[in-house]
Amino acid sequence: MKPSAFTYHRPRSLDEALDVLASLGADGKVLAGGQSLVPLMSMRLSAPAALVDVNHVPGLAGVEVGADTVRVEALARHSAVEHDEAAYAALPLLRQALVHVAHPTIRNRGTTVGSLVHGDPAAEMPAVLRLLDGSVTLRSAEGTRDVPAADFFLGPLETDLRPGELAVAATFRRPPAGCGSAFVEVARRHGDYAVCGVAALVDGAGARVALVSVGPGPVLVDLSEAYDGQRLDEDRARDLVDAQVEPEGDIHATADYRRHLAHVLVARAVRQAGSDRRAA
Amino acid sequence: MSESLARVSFTVNGAPYDLDLPPRRLLSDALRHDVRLTGTHVGCEHGVCGACTVLVDGAPMRSCLLFAVSLDGAAITTIEGLRAPDGGMGPVQQAFHECHALQCGFCTPGFVTTVAAYLRDQPTPTREEAREAIAGNLCRCTGYVNIVAAVERAAELLSGSSASAEAAPAGAAPGLPEDAAAPKPSGGASRRLPPDPSTVAAAPSVRPLADGSGTASASADQAGRGSS
Repeated sequence: MKPSAFTYHRPRSLDEALDVLASLGADGKVLAGGQSLVPLMSMRLSAPAALVDVNHVPGLAGVEVGADTVRVEALARHSAVEHDEAAYAALPLLRQALVHVAHPTIRNRGTTVGSLVHGDPAAEMPAVLRLLDGSVTLRSAEGTRDVPAADFFLGPLETDLRPGELAVAATFRRPPAGCGSAFVEVARRHGDYAVCGVAALVDGAGARVALVSVGPGPVLVDLSEAYDGQRLDEDRARDLVDAQVEPEGDIHATADYRRHLAHVLVARAVRQAGSDRRAA
Repeated sequence: MSESLARVSFTVNGAPYDLDLPPRRLLSDALRHDVRLTGTHVGCEHGVCGACTVLVDGAPMRSCLLFAVSLDGAAITTIEGLRAPDGGMGPVQQAFHECHALQCGFCTPGFVTTVAAYLRDQPTPTREEAREAIAGNLCRCTGYVNIVAAVERAAELLSGSSASAEAAPAGAAPGLPEDAAAPKPSGGASRRLPPDPSTVAAAPSVRPLADGSGTASASADQAGRGSS
């Protein structure tokens, strides 16, 4: 359980980090929180030739609440986002989802942007970004580009991040006032990866959900035609969910069980988001 | 095979270390092999069991999920740093002792570091919160009942000691050394405390290298990947 050898770079500025990443090309891998990368390296499932440790780049850990967005920078730890009161007031779904991300000890180091870039289909924050029509800001020595969540998650552990790029921030779009939100999931043990999870957003006219662990990436389902602003027509919702999800069986759950959980958790998440809306 | 080394400077339980380490050296291994503090236990080595939990700038983290070279400027607290000032058991350790919250003891350092940091932030947990606080740590002996009781007992001991600890410096949290008293914002200036004589005595073969003389570099290289 020891990682293979790599060369180590510790840039002290964003420009230096981008220069190093440019020179390394496909050999370079960014180290931020490392809470997914380090175990993958220890298990030798990943063996990057070089790590660019961005933990010492100043000015990259902000959580900024804007009029329409919450912007989370690359070094903002999950716990910092979770406990940011302004971010919670502006976008409660962030904290509602983050409390499901592993354990507090992992959240103390792992970063929200890192989780997005890692692109694990069992991870919570990609679903949140997708549900909120967010985007990821990617910088390289050549320039900057913003990639919408709809285009960013390409497949399991695969995102649109290119060699030489650093994901400097993620922008979560705040839903309009009067929305309710919820995040529910089922895991074998508390803190484990979700066997299935659902992020939900409802308002007086519609409902949308993004599902975790039932597809190659976050799966967005618009349930508005099954939702009258008060109640979810669960039979119709089931059909809408079935048309989008592609659950696979593994040692943790069969595909059928995941599909069953998707139905149950979608109904539960929409109900919770509904009460969240009425309480707001 | 020689592997290039990277310099990293951090404090462990208040004592400064400047080490030249292979970049792939996990913090758990650096603490055990290079700093020679073997209280931090290595269990699963992929972030599942919590046995290797230490405090980094006051926040509990899994030392097996950190590269030591990434912690330049950090203040690290291990189980050895949670002793009472007189060298005896700290309040969380005392609570584990009183409640029989350990059997084989392998997981205990990870529990104690986790609980010490948790009670700093939440001094009066409910039983449910106490269970939640230790949810990321695995114990295969006890069945957790006594560990939950120890969290509650530690909270009692800490509230008692804080009431009587009038001499405690402002801002210091009961039961935690000063450098673990509160997480500091990332990117903050590194702390340089004078070496803690008890820590130095506990690690006679590696002297803190505040003078940068480099004697630990050789031992770091030799320690290599000697054990898993």
